[in-house]
Amino acid sequence: MNIIVCVKQVIDPEAPPQSFQIDSATNRAEMRGASPVIDPYGEYAVEAALKIKDTVGGKITIITMGNNLLREVVKKPLAMGADGLILLEDEAYESGDSWTTAQSLAAAIEKVAEYDLILFGREASDTNAGQAGPGIAEILGVPCISIVRKIDINEKLARIERVTTDGYEVIEVNLPAVFTISNEIGEPRYPTIKGIMGAKRIEPIVWKPGDIGLGPAKMGATGGKAKTRQLFQPEHEGKCEMIEGETPEESAENLATKLREAKIL
Amino acid sequence: MTDNKGILVFCEIKEGKLAPIGTEGLGIGKKLADDSGQELSAVLIGSGISGIAQEAITFGADKVYVIDNDALKIYQADSYLMAFEGLLGQITPQIIIFGQTDIGRELAPRLAFKLETAATLDCVDLSIDADSKRLLQTKPVYGGNANAIYVTKTDPQVVSIRTKAMTPLEQDSSRQGEIINISVAIDESLIRTRHIESVVEEVSGIKIEDADVVVAGGRGIGSVEGFAQLEELAKLLKGAVGASRPPCDNNWIADTVQVGLTGKIIAPELYIAIAISGSSQHLSGCSGSKNIVAINKDPEANIFRQARYGVVGDWKKVLPAFTEKLKELLAS
Repeated sequence: MNIIVCVKQVIDPEAPPQSFQIDSATNRAEMRGASPVIDPYGEYAVEAALKIKDTVGGKITIITMGNNLLREVVKKPLAMGADGLILLEDEAYESGDSWTTAQSLAAAIEKVAEYDLILFGREASDTNAGQAGPGIAEILGVPCISIVRKIDINEKLARIERVTTDGYEVIEVNLPAVFTISNEIGEPRYPTIKGIMGAKRIEPIVWKPGDIGLGPAKMGATGGKAKTRQLFQPEHEGKCEMIEGETPEESAENLATKLREAKIL
Repeated sequence: MTDNKGILVFCEIKEGKLAPIGTEGLGIGKKLADDSGQELSAVLIGSGISGIAQEAITFGADKVYVIDNDALKIYQADSYLMAFEGLLGQITPQIIIFGQTDIGRELAPRLAFKLETAATLDCVDLSIDADSKRLLQTKPVYGGNANAIYVTKTDPQVVSIRTKAMTPLEQDSSRQGEIINISVAIDESLIRTRHIESVVEEVSGIKIEDADVVVAGGRGIGSVEGFAQLEELAKLLKGAVGASRPPCDNNWIADTVQVGLTGKIIAPELYIAIAISGSSQHLSGCSGSKNIVAINKDPEANIFRQARYGVVGDWKKVLPAFTEKLKELLAS
């Protein structure tokens, strides 16, 4: 079983919201004072791959795209138990949109050539775009199922559970296939000491755009189909009215009265 | 720019009726249609659905395309995309609106990639740019820490809208429109997934997506017993209980009531956040609520930045007194 997991390096979404800052010149954001992390959504996809490897065996290749990728960050999936790491690392991979991201990742996957499963998180925690998985499925011509919470593999057949509003659907699909993985798959495992030591010895493969046959026409702002007009922090209208009292109980009663008076309840 | 014209809304069907997200899509679609002098169309896909077409007209559609086929009884992305491709062989809309549901989040990007255009998912605002006449697509990014406005260079401009972010029109049975049946051949041998079964996981009481009042707890609730106290308040207010991620991860409460990016996105009239710090991933699930009331012992908690009313204090002391007082007030 050859499993490819696409996961990116992102600004830490768990960092305090107060440290969030936008650079309006570049339309990018940062978390001041917090190191980047492996996308938590993508970690669920890594966990899904590891669960499959635990039961039916296989090789897990991670593909991470970006620029200035911190090796200690992008190696985390290796420390969790993945086998190989391909970095699409170049300035040219930045400043694109979902379209160019999917084109670059699809080109890299085609270069890897052998794959049964391609896994993604349900979306990236920075762009929240949720398009790379379905997009790559279209480019490669393989089936795609989103928000998968359980995967059973039987030879070249996958039986999965897909999350719906009311519960879930059971779906079967022949491999290869693309799945986006939901958090219900289970908490991502922590890297073990052995895993961390092992990851140190694995040298990532770095592919520049030329290595996967990509030119400017398919990359960056020119290659994209959408452009970012503006990135901004929404103003929260209305200040919070703090309801006080001599004791917590009295504050609670005052709150109840207030909600009743304001006709909210 | 191309000659694409018109606004098309994919209206999902639920239990033989237009799903609320479909009426919300028509609501914003109508506004965009009026602002750009274009026609508003709806597309219905399914089996035995022709009776629903009129309903789309009462919610504002000028035209309703009905793709009614036994092979479309159960949603599968491959077959629904075939239906779409059949329709788009006949019409070339400039804007296509989906709902950000378990269906729309698959169909919108896949259709966009097929058509070599871009999709923007989970939009909370859509408007027509006065100068360029292009669609301005506002969506939360960075887990709700920021909003981005995107513009698609190519047509059709494909979007999905966040549930409850847009307002439907008042239903009006005097509205006129045209119903057009579209016959699309579905080659079932090209459907690469096999739907085995759909399982409904029952929740007792009111569903969190439908509730006017949601009483939600966070990590600080600490136990199953703690959530029982939230349940009591929810019952009193005829609402539902919700939770941020930690209580679900700890099995204090079912995963199905998780509110946030990894759970449900809801917009009740009143959201009572108890011992919830207000991480951005959680807030993206409830920031559309009409009123947020926060109870938290940390006066610096981020949730207070979003709340209309707040009480700083230990929920174990605040909640019982709050529930008692409300009982008294609601009885009188």
